[in-house]
Amino acid sequence: MSDVRWPLWEVFVRSRSGLEHRHVGSLHATDARMAVEHARDLYTRREEGVSLWVVRSSEITASDPAEADALFAPARDKVYRHPSFYDIPPEVKTL
Amino acid sequence: MSARAEFLLRLADTSLILAQQLGAWVGHAPAIEEDLGLANVALDLLGQARLLLTYAGELEGRGRTEDALAFLRDPEEYRNLALAERPNGDFAQTIVRQFLLDAYQHELFGALTSSSDARLAAIAANAARETRYHVRYSGGWVVRLGDGTEDSHARVARALSALWPYTAELFDPDPLDESMAREGVAPPLADLEPGWRAAVGTVLSEARLELPPTAAYRWYGKRGEHGETLGHLLAEMQYLQRAYPGATW
Repeated sequence: MSDVRWPLWEVFVRSRSGLEHRHVGSLHATDARMAVEHARDLYTRREEGVSLWVVRSSEITASDPAEADALFAPARDKVYRHPSFYDIPPEVKTL
Repeated sequence: MSARAEFLLRLADTSLILAQQLGAWVGHAPAIEEDLGLANVALDLLGQARLLLTYAGELEGRGRTEDALAFLRDPEEYRNLALAERPNGDFAQTIVRQFLLDAYQHELFGALTSSSDARLAAIAANAARETRYHVRYSGGWVVRLGDGTEDSHARVARALSALWPYTAELFDPDPLDESMAREGVAPPLADLEPGWRAAVGTVLSEARLELPPTAAYRWYGKRGEHGETLGHLLAEMQYLQRAYPGATW
């Protein structure tokens, strides 16, 4: 193996039964077409999916772990945001 | 061996030899993702070869299995196209060889889906689906290399001119090909050429490469005329079964 450094891509697969694409991992590729082909070869070998998305890892903006407290802790004491304070009428079977 | 069994060997051996060649890249490709890409294509080709060899062995009726045909035939009994046994060379040479044959198999298996031989038609239907992806994969690389750096362009151009003469055999029917066409088992080979030429031409022009002039000489791997590389390749592939006959996992 040579020492080529290809850009990193993130891979999302939509499974046969699923509605949404889920992140499954990453890979190296020089361009988008190659990334889709590598994703097919690496992540759908066992019929895992029916659709693929790839995106350059460098295009992803992530939240800062140091800010996790400021970003996510305020939601902790707001239990009323969970829809668990309603009386479900008996007629409603599937909720 | 019947004419039809002999014809099946031509199809099977081209896929089998290509599979073995691509397998040799595993661990050596430019990236681990590419190891897997080439191995996936190799496994498709191996699967095609197994079905075709099994069928050829049954038609022959001498009890030879797919394994006997793959591991216990000498080079001169192999019927693969000469192009398939050209050495791997550098990555560009492997890719160009693969692309020219993928595009050929794409036309061939596509036409074989309407073979008068129902079992062959079913094998071809499966193979045609796999081959559609193979052309896309190898064609993508031809464009990437041809339209890439000065070095990659020079390598892919060199591979193309070295391999092109071996494409003459693809569309040059001999009496066996002609009898298969008469029986409706296979298409007349000449019918495949326009589609192949158009598909190859499109990719080559996108890759900024010229279609080489038609070959001046012909080599007939499908009639058992092989270069020395096939002997080395088979020696490695067949070693275990030759040294330990009948060995199993």
